[in-house]
Amino acid sequence: MTLFDDFMVRATLAGLGVVLAAAPLGCFVVWRRMAYFGDATAHASILGVALALAFNVSILGGVLSVALIMALTVSALGGRGYAMDTLLGVMAHSSLAFGLVAVSFIDGVRVDLMAYLFGDILAVGRVDLLVIWGGAALVLLLLLARWSALLTSTLNPDLASAAGISPRREQLILSIALAMVVAVAIKVVGVLLIAAMLLIPAAAARPFARTPERMALIAVVIGAVSVLSGIQLAFQFDSPTGPTIVCVAAVLFCAASVLDYLRPNRA
Amino acid sequence: MSDTLISLKNVCVHIGAKVALHDVNLAIKSGEIVTVVGPNGSGKSTLLRTLVSAIKPTGGQITRMPNLRIGYVPQKLHIDPTLPLTVRRFLSLPRRVNDAVAEKALNDAGAGDLGKRQMTGLSGGQFQRVLLARALLNNPHILILDEATQGLDQPGSADFYAQIAQVRQNFGCAVLMVSHELHVVMAASDRVICLNGHICCEGAPEIVASAPEYRALFGSGTQGALALYRHEHSHTHDETCAHDHAQSHHNENSHDNSEATL
Repeated sequence: MTLFDDFMVRATLAGLGVVLAAAPLGCFVVWRRMAYFGDATAHASILGVALALAFNVSILGGVLSVALIMALTVSALGGRGYAMDTLLGVMAHSSLAFGLVAVSFIDGVRVDLMAYLFGDILAVGRVDLLVIWGGAALVLLLLLARWSALLTSTLNPDLASAAGISPRREQLILSIALAMVVAVAIKVVGVLLIAAMLLIPAAAARPFARTPERMALIAVVIGAVSVLSGIQLAFQFDSPTGPTIVCVAAVLFCAASVLDYLRPNRA
Repeated sequence: MSDTLISLKNVCVHIGAKVALHDVNLAIKSGEIVTVVGPNGSGKSTLLRTLVSAIKPTGGQITRMPNLRIGYVPQKLHIDPTLPLTVRRFLSLPRRVNDAVAEKALNDAGAGDLGKRQMTGLSGGQFQRVLLARALLNNPHILILDEATQGLDQPGSADFYAQIAQVRQNFGCAVLMVSHELHVVMAASDRVICLNGHICCEGAPEIVASAPEYRALFGSGTQGALALYRHEHSHTHDETCAHDHAQSHHNENSHDNSEATL
């Protein structure tokens, strides 16, 4: 397969894989006002990277377990005195700090760490590609299987309970999906920009959608356009690829907002 | 007792460390209209949310008729403006319903022409009708409404209650609601439950309105009608009420607890 030998092709496929899972999940993040939750999970994952390097286990496993532990801890501690954003802030930044300190004790990973903070989509290998698409497919399947239940408990927890759906379980499912997206996206856009790939396409899609499903689809399209043109632009201007992708998404978001503002009958 | 839909036996509910409800005994029979009244913080919403399984009771027993279908209209439903949702799509959550069923429910709730509208673009009255339509989808045995007319003006809420009466006639379902509109309570209810952490008194509207416990909670002017409005926001608990309660089926301590939070 000579096609996959091209690093540009691999980068594009990696980006598209991440977008496929991140955009629909991002819609839930926007609807549930969990933006900061995505951020916190991403920050915490750097601790996962450090631990994985220290104990010589797979990065994916390290990131996934730390992100999961954080999601579970926050869910369990929520509503016990501290406001959610305070709790998330404490967990996010302290695990980021612990992660950075832990990494400094490990020899020879200083350069590597930059790659995890900002991602290195051009260095995506075949195995990475498999991991990304596998993880994305899992997240997508999870969302599809629980779509109605997730949507109902997003709408109103009481309505969900009355219909026999446990809002806590749906929250947990979203947390797990979030942890998985962060873990597979770390290579593509890096820890610091994952939240952007969750939020920006979903937010840009909002003005054009009349149903939740439509919003998720449009978000995927906007995310895909950002990846495709971001990689091309980064190649032409020799700019860092991950941030360029996010820049394109941000420009699309601005364009969408302006279009929405100019529309005569705003929905 | 085959026509009892739901019954509560000695049910207690804690919200955090606070006792929200204690020693609640209650049975709803098919077809009857029961209204719950009580001051703010008296546990009205908690009672309803317990009945629809949104809250687990910390003590006591809830018995539901097998295969009981509940239609629940929540107190308020905030839909985040970032969530695009048509009325038609909203009705298909969480279970998809076909167009005929959705249309019938909307018509039954007096919201026939709203199907294509966005949920966030509806007026208060329209929104409540859509919530009612959603509650009617599964042809419920009992309709549970939690201050469904909150935020509606007088004609708006009168219209809404007329719709409920219509629905009850068409469906023959029981109705359990929390309401502050005394003319509705007095005119339309088969039974009124006066709640303040526990059931102070219950019975036919005219009996409850003259009960000392009810007077103690709501005052005695105009059968308590004006007092209900007036005292709703500035409720101070009357000592005589505590005395009456001390003689009944619960200990004074827990009652003082629930009072302290009022």
